[in-house]
Amino acid sequence: MAKLKFDSVKVGDEIPKFEVKGVTRPDFVRYAGASGDFVPLHYDQTFVEAAGIPTVFAQGMFTAGLLSKAVTDYVGIGNVRRFQVRFATRVWPGDVVTCTGKVTNKVEKDGEKQIEGDLIVLNQKGEPAIKGSFRAACA
Amino acid sequence: MADKSAVGKTGKPFKMHVDWSKVREFARAIKDPNPLYFDPELAKKELGGVPVPVTFLQTSAFWTDETSSPGFGGFDLRRILHGEQEFEFFKPIFVGDTLTGVTKVADVLEKEGGRGGKMTLLITETSYTNQKGEKVAIARSTLIETGQAVKA
Repeated sequence: MAKLKFDSVKVGDEIPKFEVKGVTRPDFVRYAGASGDFVPLHYDQTFVEAAGIPTVFAQGMFTAGLLSKAVTDYVGIGNVRRFQVRFATRVWPGDVVTCTGKVTNKVEKDGEKQIEGDLIVLNQKGEPAIKGSFRAACA
Repeated sequence: MADKSAVGKTGKPFKMHVDWSKVREFARAIKDPNPLYFDPELAKKELGGVPVPVTFLQTSAFWTDETSSPGFGGFDLRRILHGEQEFEFFKPIFVGDTLTGVTKVADVLEKEGGRGGKMTLLITETSYTNQKGEKVAIARSTLIETGQAVKA
């Protein structure tokens, strides 16, 4: 997939937003099946209520997956060299999540022109669900 | 509680076959309709093969068992949170590859936490090589064991 042109990227450039207008319980179930993460906190209402939690919430790696799409849409599939996420606030059914980030550095590493950046997933209240970072190869 | 004595322990290597149907299923689950995951001819032309999503190595869960785990020195799995996850990539991973993964305990750290009291951080690293013996990726995972049950 076409790489970003190193010379046309500036520190401070924003990654185009990827917004999901309301994540759903079926989204979590689908991710459970796709990933093999069958922790019941993410789909079993009886289990979560017994644990004192009001309802199921997203797998952190489901939300990280949405964020990774924002990154590959920007840098092109096959060009990500590093992707890192730290989980903050839980994501609940109905939450609107916005995945974005910005370029923080341009480097030459391993014989490649690369960019580094910060990543964030925000919910509809503006709270971070994930904070992360990435490094990617450019042309 | 996990402790420093677990650092350096490794699990038994596991095989992971990169299957196209799993890649498609995973791409759909993360809402990524990119044709490179769904059109092998296009993917072959552009990349040399069908690629995998950035976080696809999470599907190693289907290929591991208790012997692949390095053992955590008494980590209490009922009080675990997934704190952080990182992937580093050195070579492309394509559909059709057979990867070999080995998981080790990279570090065990004690930290004062907020919601759950004292925390123990367990950092594991899974290194992946492909069928040609090339190192393709490392997946680094930070699990947090809270001192008490975490409230919602």
